[in-house]
Amino acid sequence: MSQHQTSTRRLARRVSWETILALLLLFAVVGGTFLNKDFLTAENWSNLLANFVEIALMALPLSLIVITNEIDLSVASMLGLSSSLLGLLWEYKLAMPLAIAICLAVGALCGALNGFLIVRFRLPSLAVTIGTLALFRGFAYIILGDKAIADFPPEYTGFGIGVIPQTFIPMPFVLFIVLALIFWVGLHHTTVGRSLYAVGGNQTAARFSGVNISRLKMLLFIASGVISALAGIVFTFRFSSSRADNGTGFELSAIAAVFLGGVTVQGGKGTVTGVVLSLLLIGVINNVLTLADVASEILRIVTGSLLIISILLPNLIASTRERWRLMQRQREIAKLGAASVTK
Amino acid sequence: MTKELKSTADGHGWMNALVRSREGSLVLLIAVLTVLTTALNPRFISPQSLKDLMLNVSIIALLVLGQTVIILMRQIDLSISSIVGITAFLSGTLFINRPEIPSVAVVLIAVLAGLLLGAVNAALIAWGKIPALITTLGTLYIFRGANYAWVHGRQVNAVNVPGSFLAIGTSTFAGIPLLTWIVLVLLVVFSIGLRQYRVGREFYAIGSNPTAAVLAGINVSRRLATGFIISGAIAGLAGALWLARFGTVDATAGEGIELTVITSTVVGGVAITGGVGTVVGSVLGALLLSVFSSTLVFLRVPSFWQQSFQGAMLLLAIAGDAYLAYRHALRLRVKWSHV
Repeated sequence: MSQHQTSTRRLARRVSWETILALLLLFAVVGGTFLNKDFLTAENWSNLLANFVEIALMALPLSLIVITNEIDLSVASMLGLSSSLLGLLWEYKLAMPLAIAICLAVGALCGALNGFLIVRFRLPSLAVTIGTLALFRGFAYIILGDKAIADFPPEYTGFGIGVIPQTFIPMPFVLFIVLALIFWVGLHHTTVGRSLYAVGGNQTAARFSGVNISRLKMLLFIASGVISALAGIVFTFRFSSSRADNGTGFELSAIAAVFLGGVTVQGGKGTVTGVVLSLLLIGVINNVLTLADVASEILRIVTGSLLIISILLPNLIASTRERWRLMQRQREIAKLGAASVTK
Repeated sequence: MTKELKSTADGHGWMNALVRSREGSLVLLIAVLTVLTTALNPRFISPQSLKDLMLNVSIIALLVLGQTVIILMRQIDLSISSIVGITAFLSGTLFINRPEIPSVAVVLIAVLAGLLLGAVNAALIAWGKIPALITTLGTLYIFRGANYAWVHGRQVNAVNVPGSFLAIGTSTFAGIPLLTWIVLVLLVVFSIGLRQYRVGREFYAIGSNPTAAVLAGINVSRRLATGFIISGAIAGLAGALWLARFGTVDATAGEGIELTVITSTVVGGVAITGGVGTVVGSVLGALLLSVFSSTLVFLRVPSFWQQSFQGAMLLLAIAGDAYLAYRHALRLRVKWSHV
């Protein structure tokens, strides 16, 4: 094998999905700057960063769940339930910190229900969370009906729309960054985090190497519930609105971001960096298109296409590489055959 | 131990069979619900409310046929609602642009359009090797986005649609709406196809054990493609019938029904892990959900309760299935314990 060939192969291996995402992100930012003079302003960036906070929050635990080869489609419904509950409790004149605590606890309970059904009864997470998607959204409608509650105290809505003084960074975004750091450390630098990959890669092998799969999955689904509830609280304060249909359909955007971030459905692969990059990429593309007055329906098409291309492209590359390797081997065999004949 | 089991089985043979087969227990549940609701409100079985019930369930039941084929293969098709949206508006536009076009042609074009959209899914899944969940989530977005861009705030109204076409959604034959007849005929076709034809058995084989299916010489990629094309074509037909049933269509037609369809299929006994279930069961699942929601309406339960009941029903169905499978495994262990 020649020196040249090994070096290209090494290069190909080093160009990770994260690098590609970072390049795409850079490309989108440069493109946005050229296309629109309003793009690189502080005001626009604080809008851009604030706009995807809820979906970004939900995507964090969701990516860990997908790494272990499960899925949680109920995240947006837990967001809606928490938002509705917050409104209801506030209307009942409960102190806001207590109301927030209750919402987070209810989120934990919802997540625990998902986890219980999936872990204890060994039910497929896809079916369970399609069920709880309807169940939790239904609860939101039961407690709030078609009412809308909007009179939240300014010190809390201030958090929702505020920025860190003297910067363009929105407060909720800081929350996301802190959580993303915690997830990054947890996934990549702790034993528990590493064992998630083991579970996603080969469940049986993980069990025999002493990983408590049930407890791990239970924890992940509870985390998903709590953070979705948190996203619901952020949503409520950001828009100063509590309605039963808040965040309907957000689960699809969160899942799209997770898959685009390089987490595979077969489990066992993916990084927090990749997911954060894909969230930023989707945020920037949406922002650039919105600034260019492209209608919101085109945004849907772009998100859907990104999702499909993000899997199709690596698949195609892998299959061409495989074909190329086969051809190379056949050529070598032919050469060997020719050599032996001349001998 | 074994003796005991045997005697109970002998005593209530037909009862056991009824409860143990999914179709039987669904029919039983639907009957119980109907009787209870009628006892509380006799108008529940008035001809008008029965007709409404049949019309309400028809389009969902139609989509359930395609979804059953997909879920049998351990796949999922989320994009059907968007295909329904596009083809419903397409049918309306055809009537607006060419008022003299025959209804049959419109239905055929809608089916063909659905088939082509299904073929996009099929190509990505079978040859692009993208998991169905991701592909159809992507095309759910793309098709709906394209639909919004195309419709652009317009609307098709009942005035634009000829009466003969709307009659599919309103007129009846032998007391049953035409729309429901269409679904019944297709139900028979699908039932026979899945039970007695090679293609149908291959769908089951792929879902039970994909590796074994490959080893048995089944062309899995091609069967996957067949399934998604069928699901697309069915969604196209459902789109045309959506127009016939409702008369008005805007860009939001069909949004969110994919979840109701999947719920019906799973409640109807098609395992989400593939290989188990029948179309009759899943159509009964759709009927059960529909009867249940009209029961809630007749009992004056606020409509806000509907959604959580639907979710709870799905959870109960899969938990019940898991329990029965567990019991079955236990029984097998007892039976073979002497070995």
